[in-house]
Amino acid sequence: MELQIDDSALVQDYISGDERALETLIHRHNQRITSFIYSKVMDRDAAEDIFQDTFIKVIKTLKKGNYSEEGKFLPWVMRIAHNLIIDYFRKNKRMPKFEGGEDFNIFSVIGDDRPNIERQLIKDQIDSDLNLLIDELPDDQREVLIMRIYKDMSFKEISESTGVSINTALGRMRYALINLRKIIQKNNIVLTNY
Amino acid sequence: MEQLYTKTSPQCKLVTASEETVRFLLDYSKSLSIVEADGMTIENNLN
Repeated sequence: MELQIDDSALVQDYISGDERALETLIHRHNQRITSFIYSKVMDRDAAEDIFQDTFIKVIKTLKKGNYSEEGKFLPWVMRIAHNLIIDYFRKNKRMPKFEGGEDFNIFSVIGDDRPNIERQLIKDQIDSDLNLLIDELPDDQREVLIMRIYKDMSFKEISESTGVSINTALGRMRYALINLRKIIQKNNIVLTNY
Repeated sequence: MEQLYTKTSPQCKLVTASEETVRFLLDYSKSLSIVEADGMTIENNLN
């Protein structure tokens, strides 16, 4: 079994001058960070730019010796990415939109080897409806829900990434689910695969 | 509510930054030198 060097050791190696440690860190977290950014900006090029800017900040901070090992590396990088996403929207003065495009299609078919096309269509419709419902949630609740359900992050990671306590993150998740139920009931929406 | 948790596959697309971007970052890192002198921080990019 291959032993994985933990992030904090890699960060220390990098600070000590080992450039390969940075390569390992980038490759290890590339998909998670880029997907997180992409899930917010829904634009492939913008996601790539923000990822690049995020790591430029990471590199500068580490080289300046300003990084403190108080939190974990990944939540710290996610916070930087999060702030850059906010800057991106401020700069562009627009809110994220779910719309068709080259990189994202709301009706895109999710890979599935089940042969039943009818169930696939129903499933797509539910996913699409659910996205619209989630879009109705307040920002803080939507953010926690997406991190928990779609990104599979623990509440500890969510709290570190968003800068709130675990209890607050739990509370936001609870209210997100309560509000989703309310929206579903209010609009008589049926979300079922059967 | 159970259905929301268990029957929905992630809609978010998993994406990764391109190898070109990663290569740029690694080259940037190698070329960046930060020097502190007299309380000033000087960034040098030695391309």
